[in-house]
Amino acid sequence: MKFLQSLGRSTIELVAGLGRAVIVLISAIMHMPNFRKGTPLLLNQLYNVGVMSLVIIIVSGGFIGMVLALQGYTILVGYGAEASLGPMVALSLLRELGPVVAGLLFAGRAGSALTAEIGLMKATEQLSSLEMMAVDPLRRIIAPRFWAGFISLPLLAAIFSMVGILGAHLVGVDWLGVDGGTFWSVMQDQVDFEKDILNGIIKSVVFAFVITWIAVYKGYDCEPTSEGISRATTATVVQSSLLVLCLDFILTALMFAN
Amino acid sequence: MNIETAQMKRIDNLIEIENLIFKRGKRVIYDGINLSIPKGKITAIMGPSGIGKTTLLRLIGGQIKPHSGSILFDGENIPHLSRKALYETRKRMSMLFQSGALFTDMNVYDNVAFPIREHSNLPENIIEKIVLMKLEAVGLRGARDLQPNELSGGMARRAALARAIALDPELILYDEPFAGQDPISMGVIVRLIRSLSDALELTSIVVSHDVPEVMSIADYIYIIAEQKVIGQGTPDEIHQSTSPLVKQFIQGESDGPVPFHYKASSYQDELIKINCSQAEGSSK
Repeated sequence: MKFLQSLGRSTIELVAGLGRAVIVLISAIMHMPNFRKGTPLLLNQLYNVGVMSLVIIIVSGGFIGMVLALQGYTILVGYGAEASLGPMVALSLLRELGPVVAGLLFAGRAGSALTAEIGLMKATEQLSSLEMMAVDPLRRIIAPRFWAGFISLPLLAAIFSMVGILGAHLVGVDWLGVDGGTFWSVMQDQVDFEKDILNGIIKSVVFAFVITWIAVYKGYDCEPTSEGISRATTATVVQSSLLVLCLDFILTALMFAN
Repeated sequence: MNIETAQMKRIDNLIEIENLIFKRGKRVIYDGINLSIPKGKITAIMGPSGIGKTTLLRLIGGQIKPHSGSILFDGENIPHLSRKALYETRKRMSMLFQSGALFTDMNVYDNVAFPIREHSNLPENIIEKIVLMKLEAVGLRGARDLQPNELSGGMARRAALARAIALDPELILYDEPFAGQDPISMGVIVRLIRSLSDALELTSIVVSHDVPEVMSIADYIYIIAEQKVIGQGTPDEIHQSTSPLVKQFIQGESDGPVPFHYKASSYQDELIKINCSQAEGSSK
């Protein structure tokens, strides 16, 4: 009986939370944009969310590309297939690692920061005071942050893949001695724009939507105490990371299964 | 009361709260209270902490909805307004939060300019004049370039006050304006509330439990306790009140109708119970 009760309660809470999250998102972004006021706000957030995440994205992208090249080379060279190093690295990055790892890093770097910032604004009554000034915090605070995250992550994922390929070139060509011309030409030959690049971009757009949505909603909905903010920040990172991995499987199945 | 005087009363009062019932979960916060806030006056709402005085301000601001009852602001029933109408009405009021709630990513100047920039298309040089005027009124013209974290508690509250009057509202809601202030900044804020009210003919609602400060500036006082208005009147009338509850609150007695002890079973019984259970334990 107790078990049933708690099952019911957590189901109701889950559904109610989903409902609130949808309401927050819809009331934040479904309105006529005001470009004069909105543009500076969006630019500001693009800097905070996107540009400030560049360092971690570039460094991790570089290292992941280098590791891929090193691991790939030791396996491929056994079959005399080191010429396929280029496409192997490029396909892994464009199809999977770019969107997924960039998404995970983004959730940890930018998602948690968004949740904490909005939660703290709530705790210090800044959101309330906006409301009392007849300024809708959903439009003033949530909307620019959501759009900034939604725009940033696909770009960051693309940069991640690009830097990764350069890192692989550094290790594969400059260090291990794979022929540079082969590296690029086989890659060009094997990578399909629609199947590989576009599908990777679609993945990163979906992840961007999910991560930023969770981050701004958790911040807006958090309990305005230091404990509540810490719980919300943790929830953002955990839930968005898990959802990214889950959705990645679903999207991969839809895109590449047949 | 004939219709004419009823209408007269409406005009004199900016806010009329009738039969307001508000519950949080199962706990009743307000059980049918009635308040009238006269125009251009300072009305204080006092009461022990934890009875939901801030909640009352949020109800007036339309941030939360009551269970039943009406809150008329200049004839408009706040809980039933559409979102758009509510936002229009909120432009005519402002609230000074206990924490100040200054935007931490802007300096003092931009904080005060914020509501003006949001709600008007005035050119920057006019905005600058308005902002400097408001900052001068609270004595912080020199602090315009400071960030909120560089301000002392009292200065932050004054800066927030400058922001609250930036759009020349008709009504200001003060949430515990004296809490946590040293005697000097307390004096400054008391003076500011009085002078703003007189100079701008503002209607002010001060929620507080600092008895001497409130007594010194309020034109009319409501005392709320136990979900109801337990006393009301001018400061003099409150002083002479014979209600034991009002007396206890005004004079700050630790025991009285509001008991010193939180609800508990008899102390003696509880001690005896402990002794018994110990004896049982040792006999086994």
